[in-house]
Amino acid sequence: MKFTVPIGPQHPALKEPISLRMTLEGEVIRDADIRLGYNHRGLEKLAEEKTWLQNIYVTERICGICSHSHATCYTQGVEKLMEIEPPKRGIYLRFLVAELERVHSHLLWLGVAGHEAGFDTFFMYTWRDREVVMDILEMVSGNRVHYAINTLGGVRRDIDDLQKKKILDSLDFLRRRSEFYFKIGANEPSFVARIAGVGRLSKEDALALCAVGPTARASDISQDVRKDDPYGMYAEVPFEVATATSCDVLGRVVVRVKELMQSYNIIEFLLKNLPDGPVAVRAPRRAKPNEVVSRYEAPRGENIHYIKSNGTDKPERLKVRAPTLANYPATVVMLRNGFIADIPLIFAAIDPCICCAERAVVLVDGRSGEEKIVLMSELRKQAHERWKKAPLKKDAVWPF
Amino acid sequence: MAILKPLLYIFVYPGVIFLFVYSTFCEWFDRKVYARLQNRMGPTHTGRWGILQPVADFIKLLAKEDIVPERADKTLFTLLPVVGIAAVSTAMMLLPVWHYNVANSSPNSFSGDIIVLLYILTLPTLVFFLAAWSSTSFFSTIGGARVLTMLFGYEVPLFLAVLSPAIMAGSWRLAEIAAFYQHKPLLLLPNIIGFVVSVICLQAKLERTPFDIPHAETEIVGGTFTEYSGKKLALFRLMTDVEMVAGSGLIAAVFLGGFPGGVILGFVNFVVKTLLIIFLLTLIRALTSRIRIDQVISFSWKYLAPLAVLQLLITIVLKGFVR
Repeated sequence: MKFTVPIGPQHPALKEPISLRMTLEGEVIRDADIRLGYNHRGLEKLAEEKTWLQNIYVTERICGICSHSHATCYTQGVEKLMEIEPPKRGIYLRFLVAELERVHSHLLWLGVAGHEAGFDTFFMYTWRDREVVMDILEMVSGNRVHYAINTLGGVRRDIDDLQKKKILDSLDFLRRRSEFYFKIGANEPSFVARIAGVGRLSKEDALALCAVGPTARASDISQDVRKDDPYGMYAEVPFEVATATSCDVLGRVVVRVKELMQSYNIIEFLLKNLPDGPVAVRAPRRAKPNEVVSRYEAPRGENIHYIKSNGTDKPERLKVRAPTLANYPATVVMLRNGFIADIPLIFAAIDPCICCAERAVVLVDGRSGEEKIVLMSELRKQAHERWKKAPLKKDAVWPF
Repeated sequence: MAILKPLLYIFVYPGVIFLFVYSTFCEWFDRKVYARLQNRMGPTHTGRWGILQPVADFIKLLAKEDIVPERADKTLFTLLPVVGIAAVSTAMMLLPVWHYNVANSSPNSFSGDIIVLLYILTLPTLVFFLAAWSSTSFFSTIGGARVLTMLFGYEVPLFLAVLSPAIMAGSWRLAEIAAFYQHKPLLLLPNIIGFVVSVICLQAKLERTPFDIPHAETEIVGGTFTEYSGKKLALFRLMTDVEMVAGSGLIAAVFLGGFPGGVILGFVNFVVKTLLIIFLLTLIRALTSRIRIDQVISFSWKYLAPLAVLQLLITIVLKGFVR
């Protein structure tokens, strides 16, 4: 007997609204259908109405976890348009925050993976230790989530020796804890039983479906923008691209923990080789008509911003391709022939950030299944007419 | 005077009042230990050390809106929580708590009460299944199917494991089994495999991690209880707590030598021994992640059932030596 089960748009496994329609045969998934558009915020349109500088703070709010990724991706694109080069200390500090953000994002993901597998103790421990990184970020930037440390031409804040020492001290603790999590995540029998061999994505599929980030790297594809197309100072930093060959959720856990280790090394390198000098240069208010594509390796994968300028102080167009969007096609393949019990794990394994990836809304007629895209004014008119036609609820009493 | 004892039995100890107080205390104990193992505080606010938190939760749920789905079987849907709590409370009545003298004990102790107790402890599983089935939601139906599938995994090992000490004692009566082991405490040691198997099976019976598959929050929302709310949910939650007390009481009576020593010492024995088992259950809950339904079945039949049979063999062989 085949039947369809709706996972979402409201479901305890999903912290953000997305609809996964699963066609099930008993406990086995035969097909999956992903529907987006429940959390569209019109950020790209909003960006066209703000100045270059204001837009840093708009792009920062695309995502709550990788806020710095979007802001940096945008900033380095705009810097290229404006033809300015931030000073070296500024670059180092910018990517110090970027790596700290990767650490906090991966620790958060480890906890979420534990929670989705029903391993709440793992969740509590990783999130406790994540607080250490959050505290460092607060110390460096003044904020825990939206760091707002980027500015056009560098960063807004400098760090002193005391802060440097504090970060280095915390790194030891974080390294020890991450090794412990690696031991647990790859050895705890009941946890490994849940994640090993689940959500297989072969190397060929991952390449064909353009998977990015840890999802691709867990399928043995050595793909990392920091290595392939180095931006900032990544060409001078020694690090390895973490990969795994198991192509399953276990591989994705392993890749993320290995990346944590690499990030600690990068942070240590950045702090020990921090050059002297100013942290920012002055940026012009306008940019010449031009266009640029900026790539950035966010914790979840490759983040792409396309920016077009028209000579004014506002962008003509900003297009954001968040890494989650690139991983959706691969997710459908991973879900197929899995169990219901694996849905949250497989879906969480791409580290979905749903509202980052929402770029459009499509209206679907519930009865006919007809899809259409309408203007906001049209939508208002329709709602108005429907309200007028609706019958009065005469016998309605509270609570309905 | 003759009527006083049964009344005390039903209403005070181990009846309704004790059950409510002690099962909520056990829930608090479980939550607190679980929280401390996870480096959290657990309940702190209501009462000293948050000890009244489960009671507060119970009262709060009683006051909440009670919704019955339109397409549900309304009689069944409403009746099941009551049936469930009645079943587990009856199971509690059969525990040998006031039997200090095997020859002259209460009328609710009879030959074969261990079988009846095991049977009654199976009823909650059936209640969960029917509750899931009668609420007609997708998630409940999947949860209900999982409840029954799991039953086929853990029930046989549990029966085998619990019955082997009874074979050693040569009696199907809980009071006599307990008295036998009080007399020869060293014979408790060969039962250690059965003890481990039955604790794991009890964890599965209570549907706690790693066996919380029927109501796995991240997979099938509330599972069995998706459609339940208000008073009915409160009763179901209380039922799980009482089942935990009754189940650990059974294991304590069979594997840990019962509750000897008069009114006060017997009571202390009961509390200490059940808390020890609940502590073990909490440890399992904190240290594992939820496994899949097919893994539960293969785990029970590959490891638990053979271990239980091994325990049975050990018991039978040892019985030849003891006699």
